[in-house]
Amino acid sequence: MVVRALRDEGVKYIYGYPGGSLLHVYDALFQQEDVQHVLVRHEQAATHMADAYARATGKAGVALVTSGPGATNAVTGIATAFTDSIPMVVITGQVMSHLIGEDAFQETDMLGISRPVVKHNFSVQRPEDIPAIVRKAFHIAESGRPGPVVIDVPKDMTTPTERYPYEYPKQVKMRSYTPITRGHSGQIKKATDLLLTAKRPVIYTGGGVILGGASDELTELSRMLNFPVTNTLMGLGGFPGTDRQFIGMLGMHGSYEANMAMHHADLILAVGARFDDRVTNATDKFCPTAKIIHIDIDPASISKTVQADIPIVGPAKVVLEEMIQLVKGSKKQPDTAAIQSWWQQIDEWRQRHGGRFRTDDSDLMKPQQVIEMLSKVTNGDAFVTSDVGQHQMFAAQYYKFNKPNRWINSGGLGTMGFGFPAAMGVKMNFPDADVACVTGEGSIQMNIQELSTCKQYDLPVKILCLNNQSLGMVRQWQDMNYESRHSQSYMKSLPDFVKLVEAYGHVGMKVEKYSDLEGAMREAFALKDRLVFMDIAVDPFEHVYPMQVPRGAMRDMWLSKTERT
Amino acid sequence: MRHIISVLMENEPGALSRVVGLFSQRNFNIESLTVAPTEDATLSRLTVTTIGNDRVVEQITKQLNKLIDVVKVVDLSEGEHVEREVMMIKLKASGQMRAEIKRTCDIFRGQIIDVTATTYTVQLVGASDKLDAFISALGSASIMEVVRSGVCGIARGEKVLSL
Repeated sequence: MVVRALRDEGVKYIYGYPGGSLLHVYDALFQQEDVQHVLVRHEQAATHMADAYARATGKAGVALVTSGPGATNAVTGIATAFTDSIPMVVITGQVMSHLIGEDAFQETDMLGISRPVVKHNFSVQRPEDIPAIVRKAFHIAESGRPGPVVIDVPKDMTTPTERYPYEYPKQVKMRSYTPITRGHSGQIKKATDLLLTAKRPVIYTGGGVILGGASDELTELSRMLNFPVTNTLMGLGGFPGTDRQFIGMLGMHGSYEANMAMHHADLILAVGARFDDRVTNATDKFCPTAKIIHIDIDPASISKTVQADIPIVGPAKVVLEEMIQLVKGSKKQPDTAAIQSWWQQIDEWRQRHGGRFRTDDSDLMKPQQVIEMLSKVTNGDAFVTSDVGQHQMFAAQYYKFNKPNRWINSGGLGTMGFGFPAAMGVKMNFPDADVACVTGEGSIQMNIQELSTCKQYDLPVKILCLNNQSLGMVRQWQDMNYESRHSQSYMKSLPDFVKLVEAYGHVGMKVEKYSDLEGAMREAFALKDRLVFMDIAVDPFEHVYPMQVPRGAMRDMWLSKTERT
Repeated sequence: MRHIISVLMENEPGALSRVVGLFSQRNFNIESLTVAPTEDATLSRLTVTTIGNDRVVEQITKQLNKLIDVVKVVDLSEGEHVEREVMMIKLKASGQMRAEIKRTCDIFRGQIIDVTATTYTVQLVGASDKLDAFISALGSASIMEVVRSGVCGIARGEKVLSL
């Protein structure tokens, strides 16, 4: 019944790993061809693959893991999806109902363990409930503010010799769950009026624009108003990265001009962003002169950390569409002169710092150069997944994302080991697209076993390992805050990655000179049907800048090792 | 400020743990908590008292509303309401303390619901501060055991919390 329900839901791929409590389900999978199972090498990778599929397509990904250790291994992936509001359905096996609570073999309270990191979870109590529960799980995962849903299935709920009535519901109605479908018209009107009086506005958008499919509306509204746009880490690609109106990412490692513009703004239009601590720096010093309009589908995200002046609860796409109509129909026009001089100010900031990095302080390649090359070689058109650390920030800063759903990273939870399985999940569903995983020698080793899965399913992703022989971001913090005491941030015994990937049957390349980079990268992407691992030696002493000064305002930043605002 | 938050939720296994988990996960404080099914067996009503400023309480109600099992949430302390709590208290009662305790108990309109040669068990119903006042009024009487139900509350007048 589980497999049939997944088929009726239209699921093509599920990612998983079998085990005792799921043997009935795996037997059912074996006897059909509609739902294809992808066997990973560790359950965490299954959840990241499902997660990345969701990030790239907007539809819920599905993972299938067994009880006990299978389920607990999946928890990191579930939490990763939860923090970034990614729709996902995770089916976990469970011991027989009559054994629950008796500390049976491979028993774990998955409902309890997953509770704080899921949007909702279900335990199947009667086999005939399975179709309705599966439908509800997808509905909950994909609607409103999306999130992961766990379905815990005791083994005796899937006994193949018993027969139950099966009906897959077309619709779901839940009295306790009615996601909002549009914003409050009065509030939208008020907000639009305020937009048209702004002199120093900034549009600040997050993952909600990507998840809500609202990039076109955002782009249209921003162009009509000629307002500057900044994206959060999760929001990159929501507005074209090469557009003149794009002022870069904001926050801890945001661009100089984005953070300065935020600090001096008189109006902030926040769309699908949640004012988290990596964006705001100290909330009591945040944007002191700005009025704040906040559009979000989740009322709990509004005024959670920063008080909104005009809150609008609703889906970004619908609310922005309504705003566009109001601006079109309005007699009032934006204050062009004020916006013009605001742009002059922003351009001055842009020129003063504008994504500069030094290349003259080391003979080694700079990680930023690698990302710029990637952007060039793939025309800003690839799916780029990343792990967590310096390489992630460099990718966010220097890859120019012109399309939504192409930048796939663990923004909220910051899960090392995410990038590679994520790239696999994307490649599986977009076999003709270029998929690059930007990683470091630390992160890649957290899920490197998946090289084997790639061999099995022919997943020719490109792995760019920015190898600085250290946990770069940890090291940077140690340099800046701990008098360079590099406690445990140095990796002494790195493997020979080229030999390692060759052992798995893939192609390895070692790049040590910048002059070799472009050729090697072009060669890697030309090998369409091979996984290529590029082990790229970069300057181990490089830091990510700008970097906001702790407990400061948006404008308080280190711009290099020696310059501060 | 103290708030009394009433929650109407699906009477499903695990629903209570979601609410309790939410409070600990988000660092919200719980002073007391009661829960029982309503006249509609598919619904439970939960009452939680908490202390926090307006911003915290706003977050609590929003986060509660997000839980899939929660049907409705209301902050009773925003309007006129009645609150009650039940307390049972077992006291050493011998010699002249027997009469003394009985007198205090009458003043607070408590009932002695169990008696032995040396103990009284008193039942008292009222707002939480009345129960606190009773405990302090007992003075030198020796308390053996206290059990309190936690607060439940209901809005005054026509206002109701229902589907």
